[in-house]
Amino acid sequence: MDWTALFLSLQLGALTVLFLLPVGIILGRALAYRDFPGKGLAEALVALPLVLPPTVVGYYLLVLFGAASPIGRAWESVYGEPLVFSFEGLLLASLLFNLPFAILPMQRGFEAIPRELRDAAACCGMTPWRVLRRVELPLAWPGILTASVLSFAHTLGEFGVVLMVGGNIPAETKTIAISIYDRVQAFDTDSAGKMSALLLIFSLVTISVTFALSRRIGRKSS
Amino acid sequence: MTGLRVDLRQDSPIPLDAKFTCAPGEVLALVGPSGSGKSTILRIIAGLYRPREGQVSVDEEAWLDTGKGIAVRPHCRAAGIVFQNYALFPHMTAIGNINAALESLPPLERRHRAESLLQMVNLAGLDERRPAELSGGQQQRVAVARALAREPKVLLLDEPFSAVDRQTRERLYRELAIMRRRLSMPVVLVTHDLTEALMLADSLCLLHRGRTLQHGRPFEVMQRPATVEVARLVGQRNIFTGTVVEQSSDFGFTIVDWNGHRIEAAYAPQFREGETVAWLVPHSKVLLHRRDRPSRGTTENPVSGVISEHVLLGDTTVSVLNVEGHDDLGITFQVPAHVADRNRLGTGEQASVSLLAQAIHLMPAPDETEFSERP
Repeated sequence: MDWTALFLSLQLGALTVLFLLPVGIILGRALAYRDFPGKGLAEALVALPLVLPPTVVGYYLLVLFGAASPIGRAWESVYGEPLVFSFEGLLLASLLFNLPFAILPMQRGFEAIPRELRDAAACCGMTPWRVLRRVELPLAWPGILTASVLSFAHTLGEFGVVLMVGGNIPAETKTIAISIYDRVQAFDTDSAGKMSALLLIFSLVTISVTFALSRRIGRKSS
Repeated sequence: MTGLRVDLRQDSPIPLDAKFTCAPGEVLALVGPSGSGKSTILRIIAGLYRPREGQVSVDEEAWLDTGKGIAVRPHCRAAGIVFQNYALFPHMTAIGNINAALESLPPLERRHRAESLLQMVNLAGLDERRPAELSGGQQQRVAVARALAREPKVLLLDEPFSAVDRQTRERLYRELAIMRRRLSMPVVLVTHDLTEALMLADSLCLLHRGRTLQHGRPFEVMQRPATVEVARLVGQRNIFTGTVVEQSSDFGFTIVDWNGHRIEAAYAPQFREGETVAWLVPHSKVLLHRRDRPSRGTTENPVSGVISEHVLLGDTTVSVLNVEGHDDLGITFQVPAHVADRNRLGTGEQASVSLLAQAIHLMPAPDETEFSERP
């Protein structure tokens, strides 16, 4: 059992959710309520990681973060080490390939709030910021919860992108999914089996708890 | 001037050409068919929609003036609004919904005010219920309390009675009629129901395709419409054309020649002798002559013919009398079902009616194209 890899995965998942929450709320809300030129393209870009093979996403992220790219160079000049094959690089990649899992459920959550409710809130004298806190977030909550759980679970399970961008460095980029693959390659099916079962149970429990929870919230507020 | 002033113009996406005022304490009904722009106007007053051009001011305070670049944001306007489906916050209790509009007050004062508002709308004791646990009528009352919570300078009601059953609606009418005596701000009621406007409003503003057609006392607009278009919109069916043949200021009447009939109408000095005019008689002012015993009224604009249509609607009947020799002219009138029975009214039967002279109202003749689009 590779506890280091499990801990790394949990850490990566938690940080991904933490950073994606505000991003998802801002972008999901904007896609739900605003009309702007190029909205279709923006929505397509967000959904792209859902359909592209992880290796393709990984390849482009590798190019984007590599020492030959402006981002990679800027990172290296500031921190003195490359962005690729580092935990930070992996986290950045994780934020990008999780965009659809964070934004789409939140967008649906915000869309489900009738326009009249937001209008009524404004006519109650609430500032837009207050409307967001008192009306929109409490009502879009099921979508936000679903988004968080999906991003977290998906981060634990992602393999292709992690392998491309992070490689297989213990305690730095070796996540549990990579570790399982590693164990299978080494014919250590016992360890691989244990870790797989743990991941399976963990994912099943979180997702079913979320679904049950968001159903209950949904019932209460309708 | 105090009160609400609205003046709007826009060609697209929704055509608007509306101008009206509403004094403090006055209930103004914005009436029009669906799609006439009445809800849009309400949204403009609340600041939820911005027209291309226009002014909205309340008590001399400009909320919108496109010419000067003024557009006060909705949360900074003191406008209370009751939406058609009430738009209560589903995750808050009844009292929470009212508190939501009182967040600028200190907590203790907020609670007192919320409680007194709930009491005013007869909902004391239901504070902790969520909207889903309230009936339609109770939800409407919470919405009214929430709209009044901020002591708004104008109260906007968007078809507030359309989402409840008839019985509840009638109770809510009574409650609003009682409550409105205590309201000191202009109240704008949007409705498509003329009876509702007649019962609740002090003045009526008729809208059609975003344009205000007539603004006046509800009864005035309905019985003395300014144009044939208004007459149609308020449901008048007995609209005809004729020629003015005599003006008698001494006796206070105007005589109109209507296909050979001399029709005596209420004195309308604005029309010249020889001028073509449109005229109407409300169907409630058409009296059926009794078959057995002709009464005194039979000398007043008598018209006879054959009943071409006769329908029983609950306890009244609606009939159309085709004027003798003119199959294209039909006078619609209504009588209680028992009167129809006693006088053996029925399709194909002969009948005569009187058109009450003082109720006959003259209007400018519409141009041909307008008149031909008669439903």
